[in-house]
Amino acid sequence: MSTTNPTAPTGKAAAATADWLDQRTGVGVAVKGLARKLFPEHWSFMLGEIALYSFITLLISGTFLTMFFVPSADEVTYTGPWTALQGTTMSAAFASTLKLSFEVRGGLLMRQVHHWAALIFLAAIVTHMMRVFFTGAFRKPREINWVIGFVLLTLGLAAGFSGYSLPDDVLSGNGLRITDGLIRGIPIIGTYLSYFVFGGQFPGTAIIPRLFTVHVLLVPGLILALVGLHLALVFLQKHTQFPGSGRTNGNVVGYPLFPVYTAKAGGFFFVVFGVIALMAATMQINPVWNYGPYDPAPVSAGAQPDWYMLFLEGALRLMPGQAEVVFGSYTVPFNVLIPGLVVPLLLLGPLAVYPFVEAYATGDKREHHLLDRPRNAPFRTAYGMSILAEFFVLVLAGSNDLIATHFHLSLNDITWTLRFAFFIVPGIVFVLTRRVCLALQRKDREVVLHGHESGRIVRFASGEYVEVHTPLDEHERWIRVQHEPVRPIRIAPAEDSRGVRRPHYRSDVRRQRLSRLFFETRVEPVTPAEYAAAQEHRAIATGPGDAGHEQIVAGTGDHASRS
Amino acid sequence: MSQVDNHGGPADNLPELRTAPPVPEHFENPGLPEHKPRLGDVDPRADKRRERIVLALFAVSTLGTIGMLVAFFALPTGRDVATIHRSNLWLGLGLAASLLGIGLAAIQWAKSIMSNEERVEQRHPLQSAPQVRQAAVRNLAEGVKDSGISRRGLLKTAVVGSLALFPLTIAVPLIGDVGGSWDVSKFKHTMWRKGLRLTIDPSGRPIKAADVTIGSVWHVIPDGIDKTPDPLEEKAKAIVLVVRLDPRDVKSEQIPGGSYQGIFAYSKICTHVGCPVALYEQQTHHLLCPCHQSTFDVADGARVIFGPAKRPLPQLPITVDDQGYLVAKSDFTQPVGPSFWDRLR
Repeated sequence: MSTTNPTAPTGKAAAATADWLDQRTGVGVAVKGLARKLFPEHWSFMLGEIALYSFITLLISGTFLTMFFVPSADEVTYTGPWTALQGTTMSAAFASTLKLSFEVRGGLLMRQVHHWAALIFLAAIVTHMMRVFFTGAFRKPREINWVIGFVLLTLGLAAGFSGYSLPDDVLSGNGLRITDGLIRGIPIIGTYLSYFVFGGQFPGTAIIPRLFTVHVLLVPGLILALVGLHLALVFLQKHTQFPGSGRTNGNVVGYPLFPVYTAKAGGFFFVVFGVIALMAATMQINPVWNYGPYDPAPVSAGAQPDWYMLFLEGALRLMPGQAEVVFGSYTVPFNVLIPGLVVPLLLLGPLAVYPFVEAYATGDKREHHLLDRPRNAPFRTAYGMSILAEFFVLVLAGSNDLIATHFHLSLNDITWTLRFAFFIVPGIVFVLTRRVCLALQRKDREVVLHGHESGRIVRFASGEYVEVHTPLDEHERWIRVQHEPVRPIRIAPAEDSRGVRRPHYRSDVRRQRLSRLFFETRVEPVTPAEYAAAQEHRAIATGPGDAGHEQIVAGTGDHASRS
Repeated sequence: MSQVDNHGGPADNLPELRTAPPVPEHFENPGLPEHKPRLGDVDPRADKRRERIVLALFAVSTLGTIGMLVAFFALPTGRDVATIHRSNLWLGLGLAASLLGIGLAAIQWAKSIMSNEERVEQRHPLQSAPQVRQAAVRNLAEGVKDSGISRRGLLKTAVVGSLALFPLTIAVPLIGDVGGSWDVSKFKHTMWRKGLRLTIDPSGRPIKAADVTIGSVWHVIPDGIDKTPDPLEEKAKAIVLVVRLDPRDVKSEQIPGGSYQGIFAYSKICTHVGCPVALYEQQTHHLLCPCHQSTFDVADGARVIFGPAKRPLPQLPITVDDQGYLVAKSDFTQPVGPSFWDRLR
């Protein structure tokens, strides 16, 4: 207190409050450490922020909704203002959703804010994970945070699914029915699991209140706790940064938390919420009054789940029915189990453990705080892209009926095409992405060695034409040469010098094989020696009277790997 | 196209360097580029301008809040979709302006007025210092020693055992009742029985066989379903689709004698995952499930001709009663809906 000498009354009040708090909590230590803590800046670092802010938006709008929503399957007769459904028997849940939409002022807005925010929440999680994956931000020491993020993704899906089913309209009811069909297919315990979930036969009256508890208590509670842990680890480990001049693995270059990021991140929360509000104001979503209350008999054509469930829906649509088998007198519906359980596990499971697999393949135990440019990790980038491609094929399959009606194509042809695409596309995408990454790396090498094409053609006295290349400045060059090449691990021979067999040799060979799969094909960054040689070469080539044939070859891309 | 697939790095195939100065192995990090001041940092007029922009954005927010409040009191939510859409639009635009104004103002403030000079902070290894680690291990070892657990093996078993068992006190009562009656055999039966009339969904009017014309399709529920204790659960199993085919088109029957003069009744619940199979193509006699596009041929015993379902839709054997109304001859002869483990038992 005595060290500060504020003159403005607000400054005085703030200092007094700080003093009061510090005497009781010692908060000064935390403020000293955190206030000027630096965070690096990049647009892609905001994807995770969008996820966080849309989650806060969900909490705010969700709390509003709980004041009016009635989580009950009790039957009521609708008497509200929406004439099309007056006199219809429906669940209290659906009736209260109608009331929220028609009678509560701002209720429809909050419903639409909530639904759009949920879609954006999951989209932000997925794109944030893409950023983390493709830049290698999951490497040591951040493997734990990657796994936490992965759990958050699954919790996000659970939150979305449980919320989608609450209004008890025809669409969400059919979604639940599909879920019941999936659960029932599980061998031995399937029927009991179905009773476990629905409290008896589908649909029953238990599912709405149960989903409500899951949706407003269990899942958001877990998400909140894990988000806290996720952010605490970001603070503790300090944020990663992209490579660049002045940025090293041992420092953080950026702006302080207070005031720059307080303003930027705080402001960004309002922007995210504001954009969601704009969407809710202008774009209708889930008009349940058009669908009607749940009834097991009707279903509308062209019905689709929310986007994050489309890949599961697509997998269900693609799987041929022949896969259902009967062992003795027991039925195992693989036509449901494979798309419903095996495909998501195969698609997402390897991603969850990817940091550990890659660390095993590199044998690298150091901390990594500098991000990779995706091109510099061709295997990882190609693998990630192939998973995304598979996801995209399944999303298309989940929309096959809409594609058929919009483009006047045969539904059966689309389904068959996508069945083949499911197996072919990821491979093609993998190979292509890897080629593109390697080509970009070669381009980097070439630009470093020979400079940018300037478009200026010079004629020598001998009559020969060459294009002048402008050399890179040191900052441009650094970004292209800063990374360390990752090479396959080398292992000790099977026998030592005295001919004794080495234990663990077998597992080392397996590990080396994996390492080669990852890193055998690669392009290494330009070394100072290569650079010096190219400079020398350039001096000779552009010297007067010299033929300079090599100079013209530059720019074809092949040159890089030969030099 | 050649590739650098070597193990020793590109230095292996480099031409020998004859130059005298030693070449370093890595490039040198050039360090942070020089900081360039913004126009507003040097020009007082630009400085004034950037402040005014921030002020204007905060003003937008306040106007948005006021607009939202005006819309709240001025625009009633209505009796129809048009009025709720109008209310929704203006409330939402007000909210959006209120939020975006604050957000953009704060960001503009941070970007244009706050210092934009990047600072550098050193990282420190995350693992604790060796002395700290040793002290931690020592503390733990002391604690273990204090607890005496290492000398008393039975205690360990007792702790693990009782901790593993106690959740049963919550799990058993929960599992006991969470599944209702746990009578999963209900999946195998529906309320259809001999002599029960087929009625129209949802009116409940019985159907005269003579009224079912060739090519027509009827959505059917059992008579008296509304009076059952759990109508929705019964309906979820018992819904039926009735079609009449030209007898010349019928290729095969699932249950011989289960149809009445070309009138067939099939379960409306998809054998894939249970969606209502609701789309009927009159010309081809195909029934299509709109959820996952399983396609069934009604003229061929409701056989699957495309899609993810394996089994045909179960047929409900029907006939007519003495008044000419369609009635069931029995319940379905197999469980309806999606497959489950012991459906054939």
